[in-house]
This record gives sequence, structure tokens and C-alpha cells, in this order.
Amino acid sequence: MGSRTRGNDMKRIYVNEKWCLGCHLCEYNCAFANSGRTDMASALKGKPIYPRIRIEEAEKTAQTGKSAQTEKICYAVSCRHCADPLCVKACISGALTQEDGVIRIDRSRCVGCFTCVLVCPYGALSPDGDGVMQKCELCLRNAVGEPACVAGCPNRAIVYEER
Amino acid sequence: MADYIIVGNGAAALACIDGIRHVDREAPITVISAEKHPAYCRPLISYALEGRAKPENMGARADDYYEKNGCTVLYGEKAVKLDPAAHTVTLDSGRVLPYGKLCAATGSSPFVPPIEGLDTVEEKFTFMTMDDMLALDAAVKPDSTVMIVGAGLIGLKCAEGLAGRVKSMTVCDLAPRVLSSVLDEEGAALMQAKLEERGITFLLGDTAAKFEGCRAVMKSGKTVDFDVLVLAVGVRANTALIREAGGAVNRGILTDTRMRTSLPDVYAAGDCAEGYDASIGANRVLAILPNARLQGECAGENMAGGDRVFDNAVPMNAIGFFGLHALTAGRSLAPDEGGEIYEERTNGGLKKLYVKDGLLIGFELVGVMERAGICTSLIREKIPLSTLDFDLMRRGATTAAFSPEVRRQKFGGAV
Repeated sequence: MGSRTRGNDMKRIYVNEKWCLGCHLCEYNCAFANSGRTDMASALKGKPIYPRIRIEEAEKTAQTGKSAQTEKICYAVSCRHCADPLCVKACISGALTQEDGVIRIDRSRCVGCFTCVLVCPYGALSPDGDGVMQKCELCLRNAVGEPACVAGCPNRAIVYEER
Repeated sequence: MADYIIVGNGAAALACIDGIRHVDREAPITVISAEKHPAYCRPLISYALEGRAKPENMGARADDYYEKNGCTVLYGEKAVKLDPAAHTVTLDSGRVLPYGKLCAATGSSPFVPPIEGLDTVEEKFTFMTMDDMLALDAAVKPDSTVMIVGAGLIGLKCAEGLAGRVKSMTVCDLAPRVLSSVLDEEGAALMQAKLEERGITFLLGDTAAKFEGCRAVMKSGKTVDFDVLVLAVGVRANTALIREAGGAVNRGILTDTRMRTSLPDVYAAGDCAEGYDASIGANRVLAILPNARLQGECAGENMAGGDRVFDNAVPMNAIGFFGLHALTAGRSLAPDEGGEIYEERTNGGLKKLYVKDGLLIGFELVGVMERAGICTSLIREKIPLSTLDFDLMRRGATTAAFSPEVRRQKFGGAV
């Protein structure tokens, strides 16, 4: 689509790939923050977790001259809160909406049709254990109030800021 | 005088309102709504039948949406005549409304084929609207035997919605497979098997030739007894308003990439429109929800004086039954056109990626959905596969397959 004025004036989560250790702590902190529970063990221990931020990991072999070097890539991905979000436009149930730039999901309306998964260019939506979609809402609607992945990142690879 | 008139009140109409309001906050908008409900999420009707969505929770927007956006909605009114020279539209009530810019967002209607004896069937339904759904919902009983003519998306979502609510269901289609316009044989077979697991019977390559009350006589000579009939053969774009006004119409209302029709100050969007489909490089009706919204928004912005182009529409379908989902985008390869197909089969899952001239042109995924949108973006944005690690991408959609620079662009700033 053409060029609409981009809504840059909001804080978003950014990941510095160079500093991401691939430790997956953000995934645990996310799942805990959105579990509605007050202790981590009862929220996460022995259970499958459905974090809204996920580490992407890959190994790439780069050929430099005669020697091959294997490079490990890892970084966390969560919703980009696009200014012109395709997921909201594609949502069949009205579950996905955008308010003040933040893309939210009303899980009571989601029917798990996967249209948002089909269109999100970042792979930032995924189903939870009930087949309903979930996504990063910047922890604005849970008890934490600000992104738990950012607060818990041991190497400050994940930041929450305006760019 | 109403500056903007939108004929229709579905997804494309709402997006058109949004588009107008991106540019023009003031001028009044009149919405002509044949249906008597505020806009609702039409694809939810099958979920309502199933009990997973409640009619009162299916509204497409907040209750105060029209008021907040300066819209007057004329419910239960139909636009019957357009006079492009006078810039007026006439309603079936006889009222004549002037417009500055008009958008036809008239949607489509079920196509009911002229089958012999159809008038002898008492309980027959189509499945397109909230009212269709409510009528069918009231007609089915636990001991109903249901026959659905048409194994496309509408017929099968209807079947899913009725599963467990009726005694038996038979679905027939003239095509040799289910979902023939979206899936290939292999993908269709997986979906059909899932539906059969739930007791739905299929008669494919066969259709009703004649009805005798509660009995269908099939083309093959077989007979099917039923007490509720659903006709889901297909849909036709509602083009009459524009066609009769002299506008260019093919299978849908022809538009350019700014959603302008051939008539001055008249736009079209959604299932009624035949806009540019980038996957085939030609105009085509793409009756899918994302397209209705993208077209509607584009039309609205341009109606209000903006200059927006929508030139990367591609088919995109997410279809699921009983927990098995198929995702498709773009197109497949014709048998004689060359290109490459990457295929992978996993337990009950299927992945096919279609590559041509160094571009991903389409895919079909059944049961493997993770991060599929990354592949969709390769199609929509025509990203040369030479710029990424396609080996990695085809094993599983991931942004890690992009170059570090592209990843920095994608994740380092506002998008």
C-alpha cells in the first residue's frame, strides 16, 4: 500500500541482535507476566508455555575464503505494532484492534482462524494452548504494566523506547 | 448534501469510512445498508451456528462507530439506480440522494442455480448473511438430515457449524474435490478426511440434477434424502448498480489500482470489485476479507482527495475445520509454465512452496502454520529469493533467513 504517515510516536520493543544471548528468559518472563499468577513456579513449572515473544534461532554457514564459519543467529521477536497493521485488517472476528498505536487482541472474540498468522510479516502471532491467538500487548493490560521481557533481559538486548 | 455515499455496509464499506476519515474528518458520509444490522463480522456466521460466537458479540465495530465517524446509516434501503451525470443515487423507497463521491461496496450474493424442482423444497437456505444464519439455526433440529450443495468455503464452514447439531450431513459438489478453488488434490484430501472424521458424507464429482420435495436426484442417478437443504454453489458479485449506469463490469466492477471505476467519482471495493491481482498480473475478483478492507481503505482515501495505490493484492486464504488449518497465498504453478515446487510432508501436514523466476509466487500449507506470514510477505513484496537464505526459509518460515541488514530494518525501527 502507499505511504501513510507512520505513527512513530509510541514506545515499542526493540531487540539488539548483537546482544541477544538466546537465553530464552524473555519467553519465561512473558509467559509469567501473562499467566495471571503471582509465583513463577506455579505459573510455569512443568507446563508448556506460550510466550508472546519468541527467540528465533538459526545457524548459518558462511564461506570466508577456504574456511567455513558457522554463525549462530538469535534474537527475540514480538509484535512490531505496525502503524498499518495487516493482522488487524485481515482479522475475521474483530478480535484484533489498534488503539493509540497498540495492537490488542480480545481473546473472547478470537475464533483461532489463523488469518493473522497467514498475514503477519514478522511471525509475531501464535496460538496459545486453547487454539486462541495471542500476541504481545506490551504488558499494558497485565499486572506488570510494562514489558516484562525488557525488565528481565540480562544483557539489555531488549529495550522499550521510542525510535 | 451528502458528500460521500457508500453503497453497502460490510467490511469494504467500513474500511472505506476509515479511509475517508484518514483524510477528511468533516464531510458527512451516508451508508446505504440493505441489511438491517450494523456491520458485523460476516465470517463469524458459521461460528455462531456452532455456538462459538454470539450474534450480540459479532459487531464489526464499537456501538458508537457510525456516530463518531459522522455517518448516517440507512438500514433496510437498497440503491437501485445510479445517475453518474447527475451524481445521484435512487433508493428503492424512491428517495434520490446526491453525492460528491460514491463507493460501491455492494458485496456478492449467493448464486442459486436453476435446478429442476427446487421450488418443491420447503426448507432451503443460503449461507451468506446473519439473517441466513438465524433462519438456518432455527430450522435445524437434532434429528435433521442436512444436504449441502457446494463443497467450497461457504458450504464447508456451514457444515462445520452444524456438526454435532444434526443427525447427518451430505455435501455434494460438481468438482472432484473439496475447496477446489483454493486447494490442490492433496491438500483437499487432507481437509476432506478431517471433515469425514466428524461424520460428514461427501458426494464429489456429482451434483443435484433434480429435487422432488425432500429428495435430491443426483446427476449420477443416486438419491439423497434430506429435510434441510443449504445452497452454497457459489457467489456472484453485485454489479447491477454500476453496470446499469454504464460502468465497466466484467465478473465484478472493474477498478484501477486506486479503486476507481470507469464512472467519474465512483469507486468500488470488496467482493463486488474486480481489482488488480498482483499474483496473476490482471484484474480479478478476490473475494477475501483482507482484500475488502485494503480496497475499501484505498477507495476511501482517494475519495477524500488522497492518492493511495493498492497494487499488491494477492489471494490469501486461511481455512480450518475441526482444528486442521490450511493456509494458502499467491498462486500455484500451471503444469506447463516451469518453475520449482518445494514439497514436504509431515505427519498429517503438507507444505508446498511455488517458486518462479527467483520469487516465491505462492504456497499451500496444511497443518504447518507457524509464522506463515513471513512467506506471505515474500509474495506480496516480491522479495528476490537470492537476497535471503531460502534453504532456511523453506525448512520453516523465519525472519532469520533475511540478511542482517534486512533484519535490522525490520526490527530496528518503527514499521
